[in-house]
Parts: sequence; structure tokens; C-alpha cells
Amino acid sequence: MKTQVKMTRGAKIITALLILFCLVWTIPTAGILITSFRDSDATASSGWWTAFLTPKDFTLGNYDEVLGGQRYTVGTGSGGTAARRGASMGSAFLSSITVTLPSVIIPIFIAAAAAYAFAWMSFPGRRILFGMVIALLVVPLQISLIPILRDYQKIGLNGTYLGIWLAHSGFGLPLATYILFNYISTIPRSILESAFIDGANHFTMFARLIIPLSVPALASFAIFQFIWVWNDLLVALVFLSGGGQLMEVVTVRLMNMAGTRGSDWHLLTAGAFVSMILPLTVFLSLQKYFVKGLLAGSVKG
Amino acid sequence: MQLPRDQERKQLAARTLVVGPITLIVAISGFLLLKNNPMSQILTTLFAILWGTFTVLALFYTMNLIVQLFPIQKYNKIIPFVFVGPAILIIGWYLLIPTVRSLVLSFMNRSSTSFAGLANYKYIFTDATMRTAFGNTVLWLLFGTAFSVFFGLLTALMAERSAIEKLGKTLVFLPMAISMVGAGVIWKFMYAYKPLGANQTGLLNAIMVGLGGNPQNWLGSAPMNNFFLIVIFVWLQTGFSLVVLSAALKGVSDEIKEAARIDGAKEFTILMRIVLPSIYGSIVTVSTTIMLAALKSFDIVYSMTNGLYGTEVLASQQYKQMFKFLDYGRGSAIAVVILLAVSPVIYYNLKEFNKREVF
Repeated sequence: MKTQVKMTRGAKIITALLILFCLVWTIPTAGILITSFRDSDATASSGWWTAFLTPKDFTLGNYDEVLGGQRYTVGTGSGGTAARRGASMGSAFLSSITVTLPSVIIPIFIAAAAAYAFAWMSFPGRRILFGMVIALLVVPLQISLIPILRDYQKIGLNGTYLGIWLAHSGFGLPLATYILFNYISTIPRSILESAFIDGANHFTMFARLIIPLSVPALASFAIFQFIWVWNDLLVALVFLSGGGQLMEVVTVRLMNMAGTRGSDWHLLTAGAFVSMILPLTVFLSLQKYFVKGLLAGSVKG
Repeated sequence: MQLPRDQERKQLAARTLVVGPITLIVAISGFLLLKNNPMSQILTTLFAILWGTFTVLALFYTMNLIVQLFPIQKYNKIIPFVFVGPAILIIGWYLLIPTVRSLVLSFMNRSSTSFAGLANYKYIFTDATMRTAFGNTVLWLLFGTAFSVFFGLLTALMAERSAIEKLGKTLVFLPMAISMVGAGVIWKFMYAYKPLGANQTGLLNAIMVGLGGNPQNWLGSAPMNNFFLIVIFVWLQTGFSLVVLSAALKGVSDEIKEAARIDGAKEFTILMRIVLPSIYGSIVTVSTTIMLAALKSFDIVYSMTNGLYGTEVLASQQYKQMFKFLDYGRGSAIAVVILLAVSPVIYYNLKEFNKREVF
């Protein structure tokens, strides 16, 4: 229903109601965004909705403190003092990027290859193996944590980036294979047949034809996995805790901040916003692909 | 599938001898380097992306070179496993085998050193905290799902008829990009509590006081605090249900609706008799997906109340048993119970998969 020259009265009422609903949905986020720019005294003594009455209380200091780490002074051995900065959201942000990008890239090609084989090759065990992928789509990843953690402790992968990439890849593969299978199996048979007649083998076929044709599906999965991994708390807590404070990702750092500095709302809100900025940007700019990924059946353990 | 002739085969063999060792060396040395983690963070990230992409592609390429050396019949038999093998191995290691191992662990004692029979299961079905966790999980499943689906459907219907369809959908959908921990902080701020007399900084309590009431410690007392946690979940999930149901609504035939209108049917009747029945399948899918999320969601409880004040759920108890109390038996038993709870969905997926004649 496109808006014509004049909207009916019903449409006006519905638009007004929807605006109201959107306001209710947006106010919580707006609250922390505004608070993150207010200084600590103002935040502690008055509601954020009064912020625009006292514009001089706005500051960028919260972000400085959150990104660079809290400033404090420590006594040095020789009797003087030195300025130090504590654990920061800035390093957690970097750590999150380190965790997320490879966790998105590694499973994509592995899943695409498997999806191609499931869709276009015949081999013994195909049904059973694909059935296994389908069954494992919704298995809660809680079931894997202890066994995998034990393996990691044995081979020294606990608390390493490599360990968490492989874990996220493993947990993401069933969904990736499923989404890509749904896509690759709809590529017209005639395209593949003519390539085979021209003498292509499976590898050239995969690299030259399947991957380029599947870009929309690859993008959907990539964005979905990006947001999922970035926002994950559980896997990071379990597999990265052994790596010390430098490896903490944004969700873990934010949770620790909420635990230790729960009443410093000016810092907590700035921290929350730092943790949200990248997925929000990705989401808003690539929403189309994300929605496609969701519609493709995105139940994930 | 081309038959390599003798000449070509020689070339292939030569290429394999060059590419194969390089791939192996890069793969193994990169693995060891990353395992020991000596570089700065930015370097590690860059290296990891290059290493990960290169290794995956080069391994595929090398394996393909190797299988091409075989005669064509053998090639055709082996090549599917080159493509499907890596995924199956990783899924097997990370999901399939752990499921069996957790099942075994759930019958062992806390440190998995001796057989414990059904003791862990007896504990999780009789312990008082566990009973609270079960009860709360049911609340999450019922109310979390019902409200998310209801609000999603409501906004989908409104968006379709409004002048701000795209903007409206984006705003409601936006929380999907926010982590549960981030959402926890956002809502903790909404629920912030100060005693009567002080300036309220939490919006909800400011409204309460503004209306002449007393400020409430929203998260402090059971059972209502569970609902205030569920609100956060609904806030996050409504966007998902909106997007899926909105896509389904677009598929409902306009002609049938128009015909009903001409026959004098009211909008509400059309909604109940035509629209809802035609998107029934999507409603079931959305409900199931959100139920699965509710069942497994641990972040909200863990970061908001840490399970105190009677807010424990199954997933948060599972985490605590495993990583706080280091009781692998009980932790695994709870994981198995969560798995059993999702098993109808697994069964349904498999049944649907068997119906499809794709092979």
C-alpha cells in the first residue's frame, strides 16, 4: 500500500500508532546514547531526558576513559607516582575484531564446498551426512562446551584466538552449509552441464562458477555470522577466559564493567555504545542481506 | 570431468610436488605461530585472516591436484569427499561427538572419574534452585515467545498499512544487532532505582514517581523480576518476528482479500479468516525459532542478575554448574535436558528433509 496523494484516516491513525510503538522501542537505546555524552555528576543526579536543559554537561570524556582505559595513579617503587590506565574497551574492540573476522571467513569456503558436493555430486552416505548437518542445526552449543574445552586443554588451544575461531567455525558450519545448499542447489543444471562439457573439473567449476554465483548467499551468511560472533558472550567466556584480560572481547568486557562499575552509568553507557557501534553499522548498511539470511532459516545453536 | 592425459598428468604431478609442501608448511607453521600467539593484536588479526583464507583455499587446491592424478573412476569416487570432508570433520569434532560425550559425562560424577548413575539427573529434578530454573525457563518460553510473536505480527500488520513502513521496520528490527549483554546494560539503565526523594535516573522509576507512585526495585523481587528480564528478550526478538511475518504477509493474495471485501467482510474478519490462516506456517516457524532462543538464552540473566533473586534459568544454571562449581556431571546433565527439549524440532527438521526429494 503506497501512500497516494492523500492518506485515508485509517492509514493516518495506524501510522501514528506505529510511530508511538517505534518510539517505545527506540527510547531505551536513545537513553544510553545521550547518557554516554553526559558527564558523571549530571548522569548521577538527573535523568538523561533532562540533558538538553543543561547542554554544558555534554562531554566526550566518557569515551576517552572507556576507550583508553580508566586513569589512575599508582605509587612507584622509588616513592613517586605514575599514571596508568586500566583495561579498556579499546583493546576489547580490537580483540573482538580479531575474534570475529576469521570466524566469519574460515567457515564460508568450507561450507560452500560441502554445500556444492551435497547439491551436485552423488556419493555413498550423502543422505546420512546431510541429515546429520540438518539435525545439528538446532543442537544447543552448550552440549559441546565441556568436551571441546577438554580437548583444548590437552592440545593447548585454550585461551588462544585460534581455538575460538575454530569453535565459532564449527558452531556456524551447519547453518552455513544449510543456507548455501539451499542456494547452490537452485543453480540451473544446464549451466553446470555446459561447463562440464567444456571440460571443467569439479574444482574449476567450484572456483569459477559456484562461488561467483553464490555471492548473495555467501554475503547473507557472512553478515549473520558476523553479528552472531560479535555479540556472543558464552563461547568467548568459555574458550577465551584462559587468555587473560588482553584477549577479552567487548561483550565480556562490558559484562565485567557492569559487574564492577555498575553505578558509573556515564562509563557503562559509553562502553555499551562502543560494543554496539560496529554491528549496528553493518546491520544498517547491509540490512537487506541480513534479512535474507534470517529468512533462509537461521536457527542456530 | 576431463581425463588428464599422460603429459598433463606429469604436469599435474609436478605442480602437486610444488604446491603441496608449500601449503603444508604454511598451514602448520601458521597454526603453531597462532597457537603461541607472539604478535600484537592487529598483526595477529591480519595474519589470521590471510592464513585462514590461504590455508583453506590451498588445501582444497592441493587435494584436488592429488585426486586428479588418479584414474577417472577413482577420481569420481574420491572427489565428493574432498569437498564434503572438511565440513564433516569439523562438525563431527565440534558438535556430533561432543553430544555423545556430554551424554556420557552426564552419568559420571563431578570430575568425571567414576560412574554416578542417575544422581545428576536426580539432582537437577529435585534441587530447589533447579526447580526455580525450570519454572522460570517455562515462563521465558511462554511469555517471551508469545509477546515477541504478538508484537512482531502487530507491527508487521501496522507497517503494511502505514506511511512509514521501511523506517518503522528498521527501528523495531534494530535491537537484533545488539548483543544481549548490551541490551542488558540498556535495560538496567531503564530499570535504575533510587530511593524515594532522590532524583530518579531510570526512566521507569521517573515515570512511577511522576505519576505519584513509589520507585520500584524492578529486578529485586521474584516472580515479577522474571518478567522484567523477559521484556528485554521480547525487545530483542520482536524485530525477528516482524521481519519474517512481514515477508509472509506480502505473500498473501490481494485478490482473495479484495473478493472478501466486495462480499462485505470486515477488516477484522479478513484478518482472522484469510490472512492469519495463510501465514500460519510462518507463525509456527517464528515461534519455534524464538522458543529455541529463549531456551538457550543465558546472557541476559547472567549479565543482569547473575541468577540472583530467583531469576535462574536452565542455561544460566548450566553455565554455573560447569564453570563456577566445576561440576561437569551436573552441567552436562542440564545440557542434555536442553538437548532433549529441542529434540522435537530436530525430529521435525529431519522429517521435512526426508520429504524433499532433492536427491
